[in-house]
Amino acid sequence: MTQINVRVDGASYQDDVEPRTLLVHYLREQLGKVGTVVGCDTSNCGACTVHLDGNAVKSCTVLAVQADGCQVTTIEGVATGEGPTATLHPVQRAFHEMHGLQCGFCTPGMIMASIDLLKENPDPSDEEVREGIEGNLCRCTGYQNIVRAVRQAAAEMSGQAADDPEASPAVVDTAAAEHVAVQA
Amino acid sequence: MTVTDDPAVPDAPVDLAPAKEVGQARRRKEDARLITGKTTWTDNMVLPGMLHLAVLRSPVAHGRITHLDVSAAKERPNVVAVYTGRDLAEEQGSLPCAWPVTPDMVNPGHPSIAVDQVNHVGEAVAVVVARSRTAAADALEAIDVDYEPLPVVLDMEQAVQEGSPLVHDSTSSNTSYHFVFDAGEAGTGADTDQAFADAEVTVSRRFVQQRLIPAFMEPRSVVVQPSGDNYTMWSATQIPHILRVMAAMVTGIPEHKLRVIAPDVGGGFGGKLQVNPEEILCLLIARRLGKPVKWTETRSESLMTAHHGRDQVQFIDIAADRDGTVRGLRVRLLADMGAYLRLITPGVPALGAFMFPGIYKFPAYRFECDGVFTNKVPTDAYRGAGRPEATFAIERIMDELAVELDMDPLELRRKNWIGAEEFPFTTVAGLEYDSGDYHQATEQALQLIGYDELRAEQQRRREANDPVQLGIGFSTFTEMCGLAPSRVLGSLAFGAGGWEQASIRMLPTGKVEVVTGSTPHGQGHETAWSQIVADQLGVPFEDVEVLHGDTSISSRGLDTYGSRSLVVGGTAVVKAAEKVVQKARVIAAHLLEASEDDLEFTGGKFTVRGTPGAGIGIQEVALAIFAAHDYPEGVEPTIDAEATFDPENFSFPHGTHICAMEVDTETGSVKIRKYACVDDVGTIVNPLIVEGQVHGGLAQGIAQALYEEAIYDADGNLTTGSFVDYLVPAASDLPHFDTGNTVHAATSNPLGAKGVGEAGCIASTPAVVNAALDAVRHLGVTDIRMPLTPERVWRAVHQGGDGGDRAAAGSNAQGASSGEAAAASTDPSSTGGHL
Repeated sequence: MTQINVRVDGASYQDDVEPRTLLVHYLREQLGKVGTVVGCDTSNCGACTVHLDGNAVKSCTVLAVQADGCQVTTIEGVATGEGPTATLHPVQRAFHEMHGLQCGFCTPGMIMASIDLLKENPDPSDEEVREGIEGNLCRCTGYQNIVRAVRQAAAEMSGQAADDPEASPAVVDTAAAEHVAVQA
Repeated sequence: MTVTDDPAVPDAPVDLAPAKEVGQARRRKEDARLITGKTTWTDNMVLPGMLHLAVLRSPVAHGRITHLDVSAAKERPNVVAVYTGRDLAEEQGSLPCAWPVTPDMVNPGHPSIAVDQVNHVGEAVAVVVARSRTAAADALEAIDVDYEPLPVVLDMEQAVQEGSPLVHDSTSSNTSYHFVFDAGEAGTGADTDQAFADAEVTVSRRFVQQRLIPAFMEPRSVVVQPSGDNYTMWSATQIPHILRVMAAMVTGIPEHKLRVIAPDVGGGFGGKLQVNPEEILCLLIARRLGKPVKWTETRSESLMTAHHGRDQVQFIDIAADRDGTVRGLRVRLLADMGAYLRLITPGVPALGAFMFPGIYKFPAYRFECDGVFTNKVPTDAYRGAGRPEATFAIERIMDELAVELDMDPLELRRKNWIGAEEFPFTTVAGLEYDSGDYHQATEQALQLIGYDELRAEQQRRREANDPVQLGIGFSTFTEMCGLAPSRVLGSLAFGAGGWEQASIRMLPTGKVEVVTGSTPHGQGHETAWSQIVADQLGVPFEDVEVLHGDTSISSRGLDTYGSRSLVVGGTAVVKAAEKVVQKARVIAAHLLEASEDDLEFTGGKFTVRGTPGAGIGIQEVALAIFAAHDYPEGVEPTIDAEATFDPENFSFPHGTHICAMEVDTETGSVKIRKYACVDDVGTIVNPLIVEGQVHGGLAQGIAQALYEEAIYDADGNLTTGSFVDYLVPAASDLPHFDTGNTVHAATSNPLGAKGVGEAGCIASTPAVVNAALDAVRHLGVTDIRMPLTPERVWRAVHQGGDGGDRAAAGSNAQGASSGEAAAASTDPSSTGGHL
């Protein structure tokens, strides 16, 4: 066992870990930070992405001992404030607004990777978003609404409205309502 | 009916007090917990005293277990128990197969853990139970097993030959069943052989549906907690209700002593429509030890052992007149069952039997299918389940027929598809298509993609002999969804019905609990069902809570698959809401001292006709009947209600998908230049969710065409056993999609919904392949086997024909590393000899 000191989502922890323990397993099994999930065992899917000293890492490729003395931010630590009055991170909000998630399993990693992408490139094109998140797999969305979400968040974070039509959300086909055969 | 070309519209406002919720792009209620990491995935569960399971899996595809020693593993630190197949043989029963498609189907049974023999790589051989996940995994290394190898059966076409080694000693051949649908015999069409004999033109093709892996993002996970003789199982499943019944039958645990909960579930796509060996093993071991147990798979375990999809060899013949009028269709399938029959393994190709005629007016049709055992992991449902295979074959051969007739592929389709004025239309497969307009969807899709300009560019590139050629491919598809009318399922020998249940509980404060038997795993039921109920009851969207996925809360249900949730489950919600209003009307009339007949119900309020000002809201009625101080004699003091809806017909979403594809003839690489589709999924409850479902389906359908294949080597090892090798596409691998809708309400349910979960996946694959072929057809290419890897495309372009498909296909199945190029000589049967 090796002792580590690590700051996760604003709180300090001191723990003994097996040297082989991966950061993701430390987060999930010892700290109960189960918002970060494990999607594969080859570091391909990115579901476990967290920030280590401000940079996105796949926490299945980092040993817990490597995080000794570091700051870790998980999906559970990106909103500000607590409980029902917490303010979501703009990227979280944009994923919701643009329907950038379905089952939501990849979402924590996708959001953490996207935040990091926007730090590097505050105004990415569609293509740059697609390349920027290619280390994170999603099986539900086909990525289009994730791309929209990231660009929407970029616009919000830079204080501009999203004027690029590509970054717009789905059309509302309100005409569909007229076809509802049954109304109370 | 509008085309919704999304980039053109600047915003998607949500009217916060809309007249109708249905049709609004409500943002999802589900998202709040998912975007903040406050989720309850099964693997997040921690229970006091919980033990962890790790499974030792067979490294051989076919062999007898001659020696199995677990004693050293039992001595490892923190190991509580180790079980083998012999330990559990008496109590494990057989995993269920609910779809005996023919009376004489051979089902050898499927133990959850192998006893004497293993039949595919990855089959469970021993289970370690330990205090921690890591201790259990470590102890696997101390288990000693010897196998006597048996001949490995991998290739279906070889497996059905006389004299082939057998997967199961107990059977006389590797054929599990022979399923036939003959329209002539069924009375839904003419004699097929005669139709072919009389036809002016026939085209025959052999298509390969490669083996795919559903690859849901959340690995499977199970937790079982025993309490006396009661058991609670949490499982990452699509089917908690079906799982409960089946697990009870397999283990002998009385059904009423077993509660199954599907908490947050991270995708399924059919892959979690299963009763898993590990679910049974967790129950058996929790029963033995009296302790809670957990099993969570690794991704490698998931790819290797969770059921696969597709894997068919399709022989399809089409007969037509010279003017393009189709005369007959004949289909013969070899469908790879894998080593065992799982929950609906044999039914998947049989379900597809009814969709091969597509949207076309064939007078004659015959389908036959052999289900074949091989030493591979079983196949079962994967998004579309039988219908993508059928759609691929018919949409591909329509293009081949067009080439043969020198006709425009769209013109050939127009000539043969069912006209909008012909609905309801009974097809040659005996299905009654209720509504739609194939012409309208096609016209809108052509506009959306900018068809004329693309064709002009294609011509320019051809004339310039551009190394990058452009092709345009179509898929004008329909599917049978809303599974399913119970009587029809009965006639197909399916082991269950197709109804769905919902109940509505009116709480004293006016809030509404909706309980649905349909079980979401990403589809957004909580949002869509809230929209439906808000309209039906006239209550705010926010006042509705949707409960699901727990057999103790939602007592009856048949879960989520086959694009059934909204069509069947949503309709059950509508029916339950109607009953709530009926019951509330009685109470309201009493409280208002009016006749029920004089009451009107709009916007959540009962008013008295002709008496302005007199009225009571349904939420107030809920409080009044909770207090129950004043209600009519002989009436129950509740306005809660439940309803079960059994559809009388399937629903038939349709659409036109168009792919424009660039093919680099020098490198073989392909790139989707544009993709447009117009889908008719009937009434749209939430356009945001519909669009998302289409996008996700497109991604998976395109992935079949371009990227994904589960490949076994000659020894039966899965060589695509991780996400390094099994190419689930990333964002950079997929194009932007232009999507639109036409809306022709389904007539088979009051919502008018047709289902959307599978549409994109079913429609897109042939559009993509047809586009690639259209780009290089003039270079002598007749077919390219999926997935269209650069190597396959390059070979096809440079060798002509199908680029040695048959040989290459064999090499994939058998993993031969040599001789592929040499074997790629012309094989007339693989191209049909037409070109």
